[in-house]
Amino acid sequence: MDINKDLVAASAAPLVLAILAEGDSYGYAILKRVSELSGGELQWTDGMLYPVLHRLERQGHIKGKWGASETGRKRKYYHVTARGRGQLAEQCQQWRMVDAALRNIWPAISLPTRSAFSPLPSHA
Amino acid sequence: MLKPTTEAGSSDSLEGQIEQWRIYLRRRQAIVPVDVEELEDHLRGEVAALRGAGLSEDEAFLVAVKRMGALDAISNEFAREHSERLWKQLVIASTDTAQPVDKVRTETIIVFALAMVAALAVKVPELFGLEWAARDMPFYMRNFSLFVFPLLTGYFVWKRRLSKRTWAWLALAFAAAVVLAKVYTIETRSDTETLTALHLPIALWLPVGIAYAGGRWGESAGRMDFVRFSGELFIYYALIALGGGVLIAFTMGMFKAIAIDAEPVVQDWLLPCGMLGAVIVGSWLVEAKQSVIENMAPVLTRLFTPLFALTLVAFLGTMVWTGRGIDIERNALIAFDLLLVLVLGLLLYSISARDPQARPGAFDLLLVLLLVSALVADAFALAAIGARISEFGFTPNRVAALGENVVLLGNLGWSTVLYVRFLRGRGPFASLERWQTAYLPAYSVWAAIVVVGFPPVFGFD
Repeated sequence: MDINKDLVAASAAPLVLAILAEGDSYGYAILKRVSELSGGELQWTDGMLYPVLHRLERQGHIKGKWGASETGRKRKYYHVTARGRGQLAEQCQQWRMVDAALRNIWPAISLPTRSAFSPLPSHA
Repeated sequence: MLKPTTEAGSSDSLEGQIEQWRIYLRRRQAIVPVDVEELEDHLRGEVAALRGAGLSEDEAFLVAVKRMGALDAISNEFAREHSERLWKQLVIASTDTAQPVDKVRTETIIVFALAMVAALAVKVPELFGLEWAARDMPFYMRNFSLFVFPLLTGYFVWKRRLSKRTWAWLALAFAAAVVLAKVYTIETRSDTETLTALHLPIALWLPVGIAYAGGRWGESAGRMDFVRFSGELFIYYALIALGGGVLIAFTMGMFKAIAIDAEPVVQDWLLPCGMLGAVIVGSWLVEAKQSVIENMAPVLTRLFTPLFALTLVAFLGTMVWTGRGIDIERNALIAFDLLLVLVLGLLLYSISARDPQARPGAFDLLLVLLLVSALVADAFALAAIGARISEFGFTPNRVAALGENVVLLGNLGWSTVLYVRFLRGRGPFASLERWQTAYLPAYSVWAAIVVVGFPPVFGFD
């Protein structure tokens, strides 16, 4: 299922922050983790992750550091800062609130089942 | 879109393909080399995973590139996040791996040391009883190029690793200038003194140019680079001077607020030391930024060539229409020399930025119009002066101005011929460029004649 672009954009920062809160990581592994967490449903365009990481770094929520991969190649690892953890807690609250509000209303209405949606073209 | 397997033939291996992809990525202004490295690490991770899943190298690479996303979209995202990258920034300490860091650092240290030496050199005469004040100002005016040009030359000698022989000749030129300055006892506030002050820098700019060109002085391209350098240095110097003016105003104002007069310090130290140090620092900035930021001199040339052409045509038109002759007073010749210098500058910097292969265009016509009208105006002035030169007498100023006029007229006259030939398809543009660069030493040679020959001829008066 394709997820709305705005929703992907809005969820990118909290997802990245949360994954980094689990432990330091790097671009490719972060994407793998996103895919794992969403059961493969959430597919980002790989290249788009990096501007997000750079933005978070500029805002001081994460910090990048060049290290080496297992094969000895240069690799940039990211690490969440105290400020980033604060931001994550705040985002977590906001998402919970949105989620709770939506959860309250779902049972009150009847929605067409998923098969009624027209199949959307999927990414590569 | 991305075509990873074009261009070079070595692209069938994975490494070759990744190299191609990297080159392609680097062309994007918003994506800098470290981003490329980060993205490359990602691409390799993806390729390895796909290979593990049983894909062939080629397939894995293609899928990985596809998953990376459309390059335009990624580049736009990068640009949005790093908008400053779309403005070419001057980074002195290059993060580029092409230039070793310690070389950049050594150069920075040398430049600032030279600037300090230049700044202090101007204070040395005070040890011998001279004063940076109205009384000895003529001495400083006459010799300021001797304080800083040798150091600037030294910088280029170091940077271009010039041979000992060139080095020795350049040192000899400056030594001769110093000896001359010492031997000639020119009378204060005389004509020849003013002439020396004006001409010595022009004469000594030649050794600076030879050092700058670093063995390429014999080539037209090497000299043209020096022309570009000179123009940019002039603009940088003007900008630094503006900044310096603001600094001085603030220094004076702030110390005034606590009832301390900063003027002696500003007057004796900040101003003279800054004036000379800025020549070195400005040159270094021009060197550092030459490939980073668009050259300003050609931009200004583009802007002002039409305006000056219009002014000159209007001037000539009015003169003919009203029948007024040029009123030749004492300084008219100097004014016309300056006009020719200006036209020459416009021509030179238009040439310096022009693609020699480009076909003649409207701007070329405009330049020819500018040249012809300047020549006509100058011819009128020369005719008027020639008629009355015996009446005015041959003072050093007048002879120098006349000589300059001849030197400039010679250049512009032949330039016009070459330009017209080019416009009519009878000659290449390169011949105009060659003429200009071949002519460069003529200015310095004439200036040297004025400096060396005029004082004795006119009795140091």
